[in-house]
Amino acid sequence: MRVKVEGLSYRYPQGVLALQGIDLSIEAGESLAIIGENGAGKTTLAKHLNGLLKPTQGRVLVGDLDTRQLSTAQLARFVSYLFQNPDDQLFERTVWREVAFGPRNLGCTPQEVEARTQRALETVGLLAHAQDNPFDLHPSERKLLALAATLAMEAPIILLDEPTTGLDHRTLEMIGRVVERLKEWGRTVIVISHDMDFCMEHCARIVLMAQGRVLADGPSQEVFAHGELLARAGVDPPQLVRLSQALGLPGVPRQVDEFLDLLAISRQRSR
Amino acid sequence: MIALHNVHYTYPGSELPTLHELTLSVPSGQFCALVGPNRAGKSTLCYVLSGFIPHFYRGKLAGDVQVAGVDVPRTSLAELAGVVGLVFQNPFNQISGARFSVREEVAFGLENLGVPREEILPRVDQALALVGLGALADRSPYALSGGEQQRLALASVMVMRPKVLVLDEPTAQLDPRGTRAVFEALRRISAQGKTTVFMVEHKLEWVATFADRVVVLEQGRLVADGDPRAILGSPAAWGRGVGRTRYTEAAQRGGERGLIHASGPLPVTLEQATRFFQ
Repeated sequence: MRVKVEGLSYRYPQGVLALQGIDLSIEAGESLAIIGENGAGKTTLAKHLNGLLKPTQGRVLVGDLDTRQLSTAQLARFVSYLFQNPDDQLFERTVWREVAFGPRNLGCTPQEVEARTQRALETVGLLAHAQDNPFDLHPSERKLLALAATLAMEAPIILLDEPTTGLDHRTLEMIGRVVERLKEWGRTVIVISHDMDFCMEHCARIVLMAQGRVLADGPSQEVFAHGELLARAGVDPPQLVRLSQALGLPGVPRQVDEFLDLLAISRQRSR
Repeated sequence: MIALHNVHYTYPGSELPTLHELTLSVPSGQFCALVGPNRAGKSTLCYVLSGFIPHFYRGKLAGDVQVAGVDVPRTSLAELAGVVGLVFQNPFNQISGARFSVREEVAFGLENLGVPREEILPRVDQALALVGLGALADRSPYALSGGEQQRLALASVMVMRPKVLVLDEPTAQLDPRGTRAVFEALRRISAQGKTTVFMVEHKLEWVATFADRVVVLEQGRLVADGDPRAILGSPAAWGRGVGRTRYTEAAQRGGERGLIHASGPLPVTLEQATRFFQ
C-alpha cells in the first residue's frame, strides 16, 4: 500500500505553521526514517499519515484513500502508530487487554484477537507480563507494550515515533530486531528518531526535515554523506560515518563490520 | 555535594529492595553521570536524592541521605526546593498545567517561594536562554514539541538554582543541538563549583565527553565508579548492560578481526576513536 503526500501544508489552530509544501511518496515495504531537529515537523507529518491531523492545504493518500474522507478509526486498519510517549496510548487493566484492544475493535474474531495478541507480546518479549497492570511496568517495558499494541493491529504501514528514547541498549536491540522482522514481513516501516545510528542500521531511506519542509530525501548512505546539509538541519551524522570522515576513509558504512572493511582496504592501499 | 551512606530502599508493596547498600560521595561542582540497564534503580536513586523518596513515595528507606549538607529524609519537600532540583525523565510529568505560557511556567516555582517579582523575570529569561527557549517564551507549554517541552522542564528546575541538580535522562527527546546545549549548560554550572550535577543518561558519547565521572548501577547496587573512558571503554561495563558507542564496538570488533591491537580502555568518543584508529 503506497502513501502519497501532495503539497501538504499544516497550520496548528494556535497559528504555528508546522508543515509547508511537503511532497512524498512511500512505496509498500519501504523502511524510512524521518529525521530533523525538535520542532522540524516530524511528528506533525506522521500524524497526517494516520489521519490524526488533516491537511490545511494539499492532501495525503493512503492507497487510494484520501485521509480527509476517513476517520482515524478507519485509517487504523492501514496505518498503525506508536506514540512518542507510551502513556498517551495505554489505558487498559492488563497488558493482555491492552494489546487485544486494537484487534478487537477492528472486528477480528476472538481466535484472531488471541492469536494476534499472543504474537505481538511474544515479539516484544512481554508474554510473561500478560496479566500485569501496564502501569506497574517499568517505563521501558511500557514502551515495548505500546509497541506490541501497535503491532497487533497488523497494519501494512507502521509508524514509530521515537521508538528508542529512554531505552537501555538491550531494549534498543529488541526494537531493532522488531523493525527487521516487520521489514521481512513486507510492512512499510516509518521511524521518527534522533538516534542516527539506529536510523542508519534499520532504514534504507532518509527524509531530512527542517522548519516544516523536506530538505533531503534519498537512500540513507547518500543523505548521511551530506555533512553540510545535515549541519544545516541540525543533525549529526551516525557515529561510524563521522569516524570514517575523520579518518578520511572513502565510503559511508552502515555497520561496524562495513567500517572495518573500509579501514582494512585503506590500510592495504597505503602499504 | 551528595553523601549517601549504606542506603537501602524498598517500594511499598514490594518484597525486594530496589536499592542495596548504596554508598556514594559526589563533591561540590562535580558532574557525575549514572548509567546502567533499565530497572537497575536509576530513577529510584534520583527520587531518593531529591526527597521524593520518602516524602512522596513511602516505602522503606534506610541509611543516610545528605545533599548539600541537608538531611533529605528529615527535610520537607518545600524546604528542599532550593537545595535540590529534579528534572523528570518524562517532561509531561513536570509541566504544571496551571500556567498558560512558557515564561509563566518557568516562573511558577519562584512565585511559590515568594521571590520578588523584579528578581523573577531576569532569572526566568536567563534560564530560558540557557536551554534555548527564549524565542518561545510566550507560547503555551502545550504548543511545544516533545523536545521543546523537555527543555522547558529543565529550565523550570534550573531557574530555582538548586545546589544539587538531579536529572533523569533530560535529553531523551532532544536533537543533537538541544543535547549539546543541555550538556554545555550543565558543565558550565558545575564548573563554577557551586552546583553538583548528577545525571542519568544513556547517550554514552555525550557522557564520555562532558562528565567528570561515571558510576554504574546494576540491580540496585553500585558496581563501577571512575573516569568515563575507563568505565565505558571496558568490557566489564558492556557485560553489565551499559551498552557501548559504535566507536567502542568498532575498536573491539577490530581487535577480534586482528585489524588492531589494543590495550587498556577502548575509545568511547569520536576524538578518542580517531586517534585510536589512525
